[in-house]
Amino acid sequence: MTPAATLGGLAAGTVNLAAESRGFLSPTGVEIAFLLVGLVTFGAAVITVTTRQLVHAALWLVVALGGLAVEYLLLTAEFIAWVQVLVYVGSVVVLLLFGLMLTRAPIGRSPDADSGNRRVALAVAVAAAAALVWVVVDAFRTTWIDLDGAPAGSTEVTGASLFQHWVLPFEALSVLLLAALVGAIVLSRKAKADAASGATDARRDTEGAR
Amino acid sequence: MHLAYPAVLSALLFCTGLYGVLARRNAILVLMSVELMLNAVNLNLVAFDVWLSRTAEETLHSGQALTLFTIAIAAAEIGIGLAIVLAVYRNRGTSDIDKLRDTAEGHEPDGPDSDATGRETPVPRTAGEKAEATA
Repeated sequence: MTPAATLGGLAAGTVNLAAESRGFLSPTGVEIAFLLVGLVTFGAAVITVTTRQLVHAALWLVVALGGLAVEYLLLTAEFIAWVQVLVYVGSVVVLLLFGLMLTRAPIGRSPDADSGNRRVALAVAVAAAAALVWVVVDAFRTTWIDLDGAPAGSTEVTGASLFQHWVLPFEALSVLLLAALVGAIVLSRKAKADAASGATDARRDTEGAR
Repeated sequence: MHLAYPAVLSALLFCTGLYGVLARRNAILVLMSVELMLNAVNLNLVAFDVWLSRTAEETLHSGQALTLFTIAIAAAEIGIGLAIVLAVYRNRGTSDIDKLRDTAEGHEPDGPDSDATGRETPVPRTAGEKAEATA
């Protein structure tokens, strides 16, 4: 590991020096794939926040989150990608669909999905996007990620770092999940008998989170 | 790969989620937008972690560990948030954030709390505010 790391460091140093010569006009294959998947992800996210059909919004959210999982794979973070698929696509979206059904969301187009301050929200979002993109592009225009070599986020690497350096937060997180489980059950249970739906939701949530 | 690609995509996704949080009226749609914002942060963390794990000699892989923590916390948050939304819906008959204005200052509320019992009304009010705060 150590000679490989030093070799990687040397290679990264040379690559960083050479990154000035890498232009945005001659993208690599990984960059083209990242760009295409990113366009799909961004489009699905925009449809998620603008569509008037509530169930369609949840289903487009699946596309956006799955696209992000593909982006993680392209960034060689395999473990995060599969956790993303398991937790987000498998559990969170199902939970959101359950919530939509339990609050009796209309199936067709609902005219009042957007509130009255839509134009203000659009202005704020566009201003924030312009500022963020400008700053980020200006800061990281010449920074180059070297994706060759061993993957930076394989299960072995992630597990080793998680259980060597991050054990205490990991255990604290399990306590947090337990607290969330108890809290969801307490919040969604009523004094009468119709507590079953909320309790199953909470149980499904923690199953997905593990 | 240029670091600018994932950074720009993450900024755009974050602003999409920001628009959704500000513009949506249904509480569950607001929660979906929050998920988008959290995912934008996750993409940033993973991209910078991959970049740093190549350039630095010694790395803790803190970006990926924090991404895992964010995913777990987001799952817990969505569970609690949906439980709050369901409690509000059960007591008030709506999951519409604009109608949960009982604690707003300025004008008298005329919310649809006809079906709520007198004992339970303070609880969903604070819960509704908490849903907004979490969102």
